[in-house]
Amino acid sequence: MVGLEHYLTVAAALFVIGIFGIFLNRKNIIIILMSIELILLSVNINLVAFSSFLNDLVGQVFTMFILTVAAAEAAIGLAILVCFFRNRGTIDVEDVNVMKG
Amino acid sequence: MGIADITFYAFAVTLLGAGLLVTVSRSPVHSVLWLILTFISAAGMFVLLGAEFIAMLLIIVYVGAVAVLFLFVVMMLDIDFAKLKGEMARYFPIASVIGLVLLMQMALLFGTWQEAEAARDLRQAPTPELAEMHNTKALGMIIYDQYFLLFQVAGLILLVAMIGAIVLTLRHRKDVKRQDVVAQMHRDPAKAMELKDVKPGQGLG
Repeated sequence: MVGLEHYLTVAAALFVIGIFGIFLNRKNIIIILMSIELILLSVNINLVAFSSFLNDLVGQVFTMFILTVAAAEAAIGLAILVCFFRNRGTIDVEDVNVMKG
Repeated sequence: MGIADITFYAFAVTLLGAGLLVTVSRSPVHSVLWLILTFISAAGMFVLLGAEFIAMLLIIVYVGAVAVLFLFVVMMLDIDFAKLKGEMARYFPIASVIGLVLLMQMALLFGTWQEAEAARDLRQAPTPELAEMHNTKALGMIIYDQYFLLFQVAGLILLVAMIGAIVLTLRHRKDVKRQDVVAQMHRDPAKAMELKDVKPGQGLG
């Protein structure tokens, strides 16, 4: 019988894969953005699993809000990426020092 | 092991395998395709959990919009991905160490975690019985009631994101001739053309 623990394990493993992806692809910001999507997806799995096993709908409502923010974040991130590529001709994250921050 | 359990394990294995391939695959186009598979398996898991609306939302928003956006950007930008991938072997040890440490921390946390006695009494919106109301309707009932303000704010966030993305990527190119509609409409036909009476054999000179 599949219980809450199984879903939490899957979500935890997906979260770790997302973190792993961020560190593995230090230079390629497109893959970093995809890894962030994976991390947000693992959070969504956690919320929906708890919502389902506790019979509480609020978890699903907040999943929707996370989805909204993730979509907005992807759109803005890719727009910044396109803008950066147009100016610099590369997407190497280590070259991002235009603002000398 | 029932059919639901087998389905869960199938979706879980697909999810984790596709998730791992997103991070390690050679070409970013392949990464996006694996990302789509990840989202579809997650949607399958949500259906198993009885959250159909969120599952369909995941397919429409992520697969239909976000993944296609990624695909567009990956294919439109002319990037030498082979050069970016070359460094991957250098970062592999540190990435695996951080991943393993994180996984061990989560396992430790998981070992001590237990459900609070009062957890079920703290529910904000208990799910109605399936015979009484289906998932989508039940979600709508609380989103448009208790969480109406947050719902509006979510819409505002999307609006800001849309305007921001347009502003960031919009550029005016000086070297392109554009149609000027106002100038076209205010053009006076009397001034635009002049008729000359050309004598035969002489030309306009």
